[in-house]
Amino acid sequence: MVDRVVVGAHYGLRDWLAQRITAAIMAVYTVIVLAVLIGGSPINYAVWKDLFTQGWMRVATLLFAASLAWHAWVGVRDILMDYVKPAGARLTLEVAVLLVIAGYLGWTIQILWR
Amino acid sequence: MANATIRKPRPKYLSLAALLFEIRLPLAGWVSILHRISGLLLFLAVVWLLFMLDRSLASEDGFEGMRRYAGLLPVKLALLALLWAYCHHFCAGIRFLFLDLDKGVDQATARLTSALVIAAGLALTAWLGALLW
Repeated sequence: MVDRVVVGAHYGLRDWLAQRITAAIMAVYTVIVLAVLIGGSPINYAVWKDLFTQGWMRVATLLFAASLAWHAWVGVRDILMDYVKPAGARLTLEVAVLLVIAGYLGWTIQILWR
Repeated sequence: MANATIRKPRPKYLSLAALLFEIRLPLAGWVSILHRISGLLLFLAVVWLLFMLDRSLASEDGFEGMRRYAGLLPVKLALLALLWAYCHHFCAGIRFLFLDLDKGVDQATARLTSALVIAAGLALTAWLGALLW
């Protein structure tokens, strides 16, 4: 038996797995937050603000945002790899997507810990 | 040339008309392409959603402002579209997870779950939309 790596750096598998794990995290968050919103008192500013001031909600939302960032990166990169063939255009768009995702994350943190 | 006679006419190129009216995606194909479109749509919309979250949490005035803003017809329609995108992406994603596990890959089941996903996405959108407004 020779244990050998046939080809590649295997980041394809890592991204594939990350896509699914982050999806599961976001799905759980969605169900929990939906239950809280539907089960709780009618939404006004006080209720809304209070929800996002609680520690668990901040951490959960940050986890959601981080999952979304990774998930969106893999997804959008897949789309770019399928439809944008010229290397220069693809690289430019990929960098733009990364910057947008970084901006999204930063803004989310700013909103959550104000 | 005995065997070169029977030949079905085949389209020589993909015209727009062919793409729109002749080439039909199977149901699973629709789930898949809509998964992709809804995902891209959601990615692009995050900036707008963050803007609304930001304003709504910033102050009481901001919250009421966003409530009025969300009541405007074009905004409402856009939010409804995003709600559908989220619901469809959610349901289709769960279907893909089952496919990863080799569940439901035979044609009949795949077609059934495709229909279920499309229906569930629309039903969830209607339900949550009704709750919101």
